[in-house]
Amino acid sequence: MTDDTIRRVLDAHGKLRVPASGLDADADLYAAGMSSHASVNVMLALEDAFEVEFPDELLTKQTFCTIAAISAAIGTLAAVPA
Amino acid sequence: MPTPAVHAPRHAPRVRLGCDVHPVAELAESVDLFGERYLARVFTPLEREQCEGPAQLDRLAGRFAAKEAVVKVLELPPTAAVPWHDIEVRTGRNGVPFVVLAGQAAQLALAQGIERIDVSLSHDAGIAMAVAAAMPVVEPAGGATEDEGA
Repeated sequence: MTDDTIRRVLDAHGKLRVPASGLDADADLYAAGMSSHASVNVMLALEDAFEVEFPDELLTKQTFCTIAAISAAIGTLAAVPA
Repeated sequence: MPTPAVHAPRHAPRVRLGCDVHPVAELAESVDLFGERYLARVFTPLEREQCEGPAQLDRLAGRFAAKEAVVKVLELPPTAAVPWHDIEVRTGRNGVPFVVLAGQAAQLALAQGIERIDVSLSHDAGIAMAVAAAMPVVEPAGGATEDEGA
């Protein structure tokens, strides 16, 4: 479910050259066309979708590099009590 | 009489350059979609204040391009956490923009021997662009005597 939502957000905001549904979880999203600016939109849309907030320490290129990395980051955020 | 060879002094500091372009329409789209959350996340209060006016979106797009140019010039590792606020693009009293770094961006610049980063911004035809030049710390002249008189 998490990965499906991430792929939906990526299709809406990631400006990828290919549909996110066709990407492996470990595929490099920057290589697939996502710019740094698009990653900001992706981050904000993910915050809306998962009701989380990415803290400064997670604002790295690595955090948004793959679907798997995004999923892992959201997993850590969702585990933190509000 | 032969023309003497001209050599750059070996102690000449290496200036690193970074550049970036950014479509103003993409920034406008983000503002439409996420509004205040987008602006507050990417730009500092001072940047927003200095960009107020009819050309606000063009100027903000220029600042975003400048932040990206600075990221490139700093050669950040993928694991470096550099919030957008840690690269602030200010406009000086003379109208010339300059960069103020904070947090990990400032630490990385220091570790790389970068004394300051100059930027130049422009925007036209819906595209903003920026060039950043990382100026290294200049060693005292006394340490470079081997090149003098060559």
